[in-house]
Amino acid sequence: MRRGDTVVFGDAPAVTAWAAAGGKKESEGPLAGGFDTLFTDARLGEETWEMAERGLARSALETALRKARTGAGALDGVFAGDLQCQCTASAYLMRGVDAPFLGLYGACSTMTEALGLAACLVSAGHMRLAAACASSHFCAAERQYRTPLNYGGKRTPTAQWTVTGAGAMLVAPGKSVPKAPRIAAVTFGRVRDFAVRDITNMGAAMAPAACETLLRYFADTGEDPAAIDCVFTGDLGAVGSELLGQLLAREGLRLGPRADCGLLIYDRAEQDVQAGGSGAGCSACVLAAHILPRLAAGRLRRCLVVATGALMSQTTFLQGESIPGIAHLIELRAGAAQKEGSA
Amino acid sequence: MKLNAEEYSALCKQASPRSPLARDCCWAFFVGGAICLAGEGLRVLYLRLGLSPEDAGALVSVTLVALSGAATAAGWYQKLASRAGAGTLVPITGFANAVVAPAIEFRSEGLVPGVGAKMFTIAGPVIVYGTLASAIWGALVWLTGAGG
Repeated sequence: MRRGDTVVFGDAPAVTAWAAAGGKKESEGPLAGGFDTLFTDARLGEETWEMAERGLARSALETALRKARTGAGALDGVFAGDLQCQCTASAYLMRGVDAPFLGLYGACSTMTEALGLAACLVSAGHMRLAAACASSHFCAAERQYRTPLNYGGKRTPTAQWTVTGAGAMLVAPGKSVPKAPRIAAVTFGRVRDFAVRDITNMGAAMAPAACETLLRYFADTGEDPAAIDCVFTGDLGAVGSELLGQLLAREGLRLGPRADCGLLIYDRAEQDVQAGGSGAGCSACVLAAHILPRLAAGRLRRCLVVATGALMSQTTFLQGESIPGIAHLIELRAGAAQKEGSA
Repeated sequence: MKLNAEEYSALCKQASPRSPLARDCCWAFFVGGAICLAGEGLRVLYLRLGLSPEDAGALVSVTLVALSGAATAAGWYQKLASRAGAGTLVPITGFANAVVAPAIEFRSEGLVPGVGAKMFTIAGPVIVYGTLASAIWGALVWLTGAGG
């Protein structure tokens, strides 16, 4: 059912299996225990960083399929995206996965965009099993968006560290797996640009989009913010999270507990990541390594995940354009059995 | 949303932490100074080995560039630079790092379109505008007759 910008599912599709793959820095972070696979070799034995990212995505998707005791042949569609130009990590992933492929670019918001679209098509009966994947690789992103890895530059305190990781999730009709966490609603975001031009402060560029999407979700659904256990933003980092708090206060929306995937994945005091993590793999990994396991265990009953993206390119940045922000929201609920168990 | 871009810009300024200027300057001063001191040490050494002042100066540059290239390839230079900032950027070693880093990074794209074409993506503008500035300066000196 559509309410404003929000699609509320009558028969909420389930997330039946999920997996996260990460790199070395992620293996040293607080969520390391939740990852399915951690690679200490940043190249994953590949020749290039681009192929290494493809390897992360493949690891996540294959692990999720294995957990669901199924294969790529059962997939009716794969919604996948990454940060590389022309989405090549996902395209090259699909070279080895024989299933219909829908490549997405939502920058760091790709994970919830993919999950939202998968949920819509599964809920409508157009797909029986869909996969949603997102990945990023620090080294591939650095050389594309910034400078070569070995170049001696100094990072500003507002800069964020691109996560080397990938997350994959399988979406199926809710009836088939009543215990699995489900996607109750999705709000696709609108672009918001508040004239931030600093690409070393992307949290600030994305915070207004996150605020807009949250306002629309609550206005569309009439939900009480107190009924939400936690609102997870994608990768606003320390600066963007602070700004989102101020924006929400100005709008008069009082949220309960709020966390940011970019702040959860690393320990900022111990790891040199400035304002926190970012990248399409950031919210993907935190969803698969932290949020979905908690929903499955009944430790979370209901949460919102608002992945945020900064939709500039290196070219538009050099041309002096400001950074358009986007945020896509999904509402996740624990499955039937967990709900009763925690009540 | 009720906010406009100007109001948001003010919020951003407040919320964004600034670089620790005093600490960054100390790092830059001491590391940059140490690199220059090493250069001076090398110059004295080469002079004692019997080289002419001109040759000693040239050899100091060559040695520092070679050391910086090796340190970049080993992954050390950028670790130091992440703290030292301008201290490692300004001396000739920073220029060498800016050439070697893309050469290493883009070798996966081949010797011509990768290493060859990308090697000067960072250092290229320094060469272009450095040459242009020296040409303008030369013209000024010639026009004013200050060169004698």
